[in-house]
Amino acid sequence: MSLQNFINEAISPWLKEEGDDSDIVLSSRIRLARNFMDIPFSIVAEEDDLQNVLDVFEDNFKHQSFGTYQDFELVRMAELEPVEKRVLVEKHLISPNLAENNSTGAVLISQNEQVSVMINEEDHIRIQLYYPGFQLENALEHASTFDDWLEEKINYAFDENRGYLTSCPTNVGTGMRASVMMHLPALVITQQMNRIVPAINQLGLVVRGIYGEGSEALGNIFQISNQITLGKSEKDIVEDLKSVVQQLIEQERNARNRILNDSGIELEDKVFRSYGVLAHSRIIQSKEASKCLSDVRLGIDLGLIQNVSNTILNELMVLTQPGFLQQYAKKILSPEERDVRRATLIRERLNLEKE
Amino acid sequence: MECQECEKRSATLHFTQVINGHKTEVHLCEYCAQEKGYMNNGEHNFSLHSLLSGLFNFDSAPSLSGSQSTSYNPKNSLQCEKCEMTYHEFTKTGKFGCANCYTTFNEHLHPIFRRVHSGNTKHDGKIPKRAGDAIHLRKTINEHKVKLKELIQNEEFEEAAKARDQIRELEKKLRNDRDGDS
Ligand SMILES: [Zn+2]
Ligand SMILES: [Zn+2]
Repeated sequence: MSLQNFINEAISPWLKEEGDDSDIVLSSRIRLARNFMDIPFSIVAEEDDLQNVLDVFEDNFKHQSFGTYQDFELVRMAELEPVEKRVLVEKHLISPNLAENNSTGAVLISQNEQVSVMINEEDHIRIQLYYPGFQLENALEHASTFDDWLEEKINYAFDENRGYLTSCPTNVGTGMRASVMMHLPALVITQQMNRIVPAINQLGLVVRGIYGEGSEALGNIFQISNQITLGKSEKDIVEDLKSVVQQLIEQERNARNRILNDSGIELEDKVFRSYGVLAHSRIIQSKEASKCLSDVRLGIDLGLIQNVSNTILNELMVLTQPGFLQQYAKKILSPEERDVRRATLIRERLNLEKE
Repeated sequence: MECQECEKRSATLHFTQVINGHKTEVHLCEYCAQEKGYMNNGEHNFSLHSLLSGLFNFDSAPSLSGSQSTSYNPKNSLQCEKCEMTYHEFTKTGKFGCANCYTTFNEHLHPIFRRVHSGNTKHDGKIPKRAGDAIHLRKTINEHKVKLKELIQNEEFEEAAKARDQIRELEKKLRNDRDGDS
């Protein structure tokens, strides 16, 4: 398969579209946790119970369409090779937790991959809906109507006082996590995250890095999400998150301008060195690759680098993960082999830009 | 920012923990967050397990003088009749077994929800459409019942008879809706 075709298949169609403020907010997501009223939660359920959950999706939603979400595919974990599951995790369509449920775990995915419904995760149902850029309200509205569509066939576990009942007390109430993925290189370079993160925490929001298995926010990509799910409406939760994200966008823009004004040539040097590493290295580890990709994306956003598409960060952060590298290579790779493949794939991808 | 636990790796999980109204910031690296049970396999759905068990120890200790072990606490033997999970198991896993567990353990849940959700204990969001119909219906029935009582007290028996018929009608509708669902 050519690299272009591989990318076309690998990158979720919705991610190729532009959204609001997409120079800083890469994507917005709403996740809703739901359960069946009369079936025990996954933690104590018998396999037969969870099979019943799966049957409801098999009978009512497989190959159905709802609005712009066409022809839902129902994929069972049992049918997938480990590397295929890993790819779904890297695309954020399923959680690592679901990937481990080989008996009754499944995922319902729309053709454009904008909606995925994890079945028999910690909760019976976890709806995930993505939008490119900063579009939390759109995501909430569509997630909610999609939720209504599922509810036509499912008796949800719901209580007047406690709201949607979930397996974990941290999700009860709305069952909702709203989140945005943000690229904040200038706030990291100017060491402002140390000051900003505690301030965001005070507002009941959680900040974390999402890429990388170890300890840091690889690629300067952060996820901001709500911590509280009980006692606030979905709309208020989204409003609160939105206002914080708006301030972060402004602070990141200010920081970018300040760096450009105060140390423009140093920044230009940093950005082009990183471009050089990506364009010429033969072995590259994911940590270095994500640092360089973040620099190059910043260079594109600031107009220092031209003729490279700004989707390169989103694309290559996903494509250079171990699962994708092995799918592209069509075989299991050792970590050393992956570092070679990663360097090759990035070089090829940058060459595509020149064609 | 450094992880407050290992003081080596940089912190990537940041959140505020509210304990008895006191806010504490928590900054952990992914590894320590996993270790301490704050996270589930890297999904950001942190279970706050240690936070919960901390609370359980706290509120079970003063209830007994002498024997401090939580297993002697009578509420630990509370058991959900649907899924058979005991309160003790719930405190160990930090997860409910089924929807009915919420009812069974109801009176012990307030402090837990308050701690996890910044003092909130009551839902204020979306109501599902079909389950919601029944909720609205029940609300109307209760209002009619209050009215019926008043009418009887005021000896307005003709009006009372009308109200009673209305209640029967609504209750029938509620029963039918429920049967229609299953
Ligand atoms: Zn640590
Ligand atoms: Zn139960």
